[in-house]
Amino acid sequence: MQLTMFCTRVIARKLYVNVSRLKVRHKHFCTDAATRVSGSNCGQPSPEHKETHDLSNNIQHYDIAIVGGGMVGMALACSLASMPLTKHLNVAIIDSNPALGSRPYFNKEDPPDPRVSTVTPATISFFKDVGAWQYIEQHRHAYFDKMQVWDYTGLGYTRYNAQDINKEVLGCVVENKVLHGSLLSCIENTDFQKTIYPSKLSSMTLPPSPSSLGMDSTSSRPPLSSQRHLAKLELSDGNSLYTKLVVGADGGKSRVRELAGFKTTGWNYSQNAIICTVEHTVENGCAWQRFLPAGPIALLPMGDNFSNIVWTMNPKESTNRKLMNEDEFVKDVNNALDYGYGPHPTSSLFGSGEMFSWPRAGVTLSANDCFEVPPKVVKLASERMVFPLSLRHASDYVSKHVVLIGDAAHTVHPLAGQGVNMGFGDAFALSRVIAEGIAVGSDIGEVTVLKKYEAERKPANIMMMGILDGFQKAYSVDFGPLNILRAAALHGAHFISPLKRSIISYASGEQKLPLFT
Amino acid sequence: SSSTGGFQRASSLKDLELAKFASIAETWWDFEGPFKPLHVMNPTRLAFIRSTLCRHFDKDPNSARPFEGLKIVDVGCGGGILSEPLARMGATVTGVDAVEKNIKIARIHADLDPVTSTIEYYCTTAEKLVEEDRKFDAVIALEVIEHVANPAEFCKSLAALTVPDGATIISTINRSMRSYATAIVAAEYLLHWLPKGTHEWSSFLTPEELVLILQRANITVREMAGFVYSPLTGRWSLSDDIRVNFIVFGTKNCQ
Repeated sequence: MQLTMFCTRVIARKLYVNVSRLKVRHKHFCTDAATRVSGSNCGQPSPEHKETHDLSNNIQHYDIAIVGGGMVGMALACSLASMPLTKHLNVAIIDSNPALGSRPYFNKEDPPDPRVSTVTPATISFFKDVGAWQYIEQHRHAYFDKMQVWDYTGLGYTRYNAQDINKEVLGCVVENKVLHGSLLSCIENTDFQKTIYPSKLSSMTLPPSPSSLGMDSTSSRPPLSSQRHLAKLELSDGNSLYTKLVVGADGGKSRVRELAGFKTTGWNYSQNAIICTVEHTVENGCAWQRFLPAGPIALLPMGDNFSNIVWTMNPKESTNRKLMNEDEFVKDVNNALDYGYGPHPTSSLFGSGEMFSWPRAGVTLSANDCFEVPPKVVKLASERMVFPLSLRHASDYVSKHVVLIGDAAHTVHPLAGQGVNMGFGDAFALSRVIAEGIAVGSDIGEVTVLKKYEAERKPANIMMMGILDGFQKAYSVDFGPLNILRAAALHGAHFISPLKRSIISYASGEQKLPLFT
Repeated sequence: SSSTGGFQRASSLKDLELAKFASIAETWWDFEGPFKPLHVMNPTRLAFIRSTLCRHFDKDPNSARPFEGLKIVDVGCGGGILSEPLARMGATVTGVDAVEKNIKIARIHADLDPVTSTIEYYCTTAEKLVEEDRKFDAVIALEVIEHVANPAEFCKSLAALTVPDGATIISTINRSMRSYATAIVAAEYLLHWLPKGTHEWSSFLTPEELVLILQRANITVREMAGFVYSPLTGRWSLSDDIRVNFIVFGTKNCQ
């Protein structure tokens, strides 16, 4: 009995010690919260960095962890840095690309990198809003205001002009490294608290959902620690961090998407794309796309006398074309853009469009344009890169503490240059939703806040993907009657002015839906 | 202070007790659970509060923590659904509720985040706080007044808790035919948003009555807005329609 009493007293003392330690911890968090508050409130970075430290293992806490510091991930960071409600957030960026650590520098003598993107006017205005467009205008970029689309059957063509919708440009072609550099330098110019982790994500632990909490007292779950509402990320270099929100901006093979268990649907197109930079003797001012039997070839202006080629074809041909010598390749390209595979279209198939131009007023300017042959390619100016093409869509974009943006949420065929524009749209929508959540004191990891982002972006993205996939499928069949139907559609798109205007507006990112204003 | 004492009491409970409260706490805080209607309405209420208080106390509406330096009491705080966002917006928050269970739940959930763990929760009533001579810059009582026995006395207590020229915000349901159809019949009997008998229609106040009893308690109503629910979008929004849910912002007269 003596022994039991002794044990009880020991246990009682232990309990008391535990209780007071808990009490201390509670007070510690109060003080820490106060430091954090005063630190973030004064606007200038104070010497002690404001992350709260876990008492036991010194792990950093962040508000948001962006996994993937590519164009879309940095667009999100840049947008957060530019808004008063979000610029105080403590953000971690996880990307093993060493370029993120230093200020971007480009040698202006280099020929254009073949990895380019065509940004729509909607994206241009997003960039202007966050102050990242000026940089792009100081580096190589190419606005274009004309576009011509035709196919190998010679049955029809369509020309678009920005003036059809009273705008100056249809889009701008910019190298990806310039877009990325602009966003990076934009953030560097603010005092946004970002920490770059040059590493890869290896594992992620999410807090338990309400349904998984039981009254199981036998489980060795640690008593309610303050990390239970945070996600924990473990990186390949051994670092760990806690965060309220994990953003998956890590591309088509997203690790975040995989770890969070998001299901995807999609298929691989049995096509690869070859991209390269080519040179002409004259400046190219128009975006050209010709649908060939195996896939479209696109020629996009890049500024000076350079153009970018995106040529979709079946995998075997892509391997051949990558390996063939440069002169042969240049000849092949010119062939594909000119007389190869079929004749030039004339506009006389359906009587030079007279039957479509009866609403005389409001006929688009470009309806009267004749078919033009693209400028001849004289030289290959970069290496040829090959990428497999696929369509992939995550069934959900959000779950508690996790959200996907950009290619991690959706990958599309490059045939309309929309992919990264959808990604930028995601990034800017998410940052706005986060700002709105902070305005009403919400917990930014909470699903109800994040669902607003999904409700805005998912329908728009799915619609675009459906259309692009439809185009891809419609153009991959070489079958007489279908060819004529396609040509008629192309003709209609060329000559029926309201339809053409809708198409251009939608492709420019100005209109939410393709047909109904 | 009794909050740390309260925390100490909570922490000396056995793990089993903590786990039990933890599971109930998550139901309160389960955004898809039985409290979903309240969670869905919350951002709209906060938008009104943010807008009126920022204007009244001359705070920067673009700041992420505009309520820095303000002492706010959330009367009838329940599980802390309103208190936590207020704390995130920088306010020093005190939450009171007459139901002990709610206070326990609120404390557990608030302790998960260092920013909200500063909230002081008490199981008490507005009247008792008045006896303790507590004063606050802003007194907020949302969806409470329709449940009290004597609304006029309740308003006098809220006024006593408010500093001169401080803010008092009350939200409730209008006593109208429309509210009978929506808040009682639809919400309780058809859609099952609320348990039957949650509200007694006869104890709803009309906006005119509320303004009058607040005036008698030395509070001048400055702004009033309605909350409107759209079944199409599933969202609430602020509007001029005060026929069902409405919220008032008033200031305490300086003597």
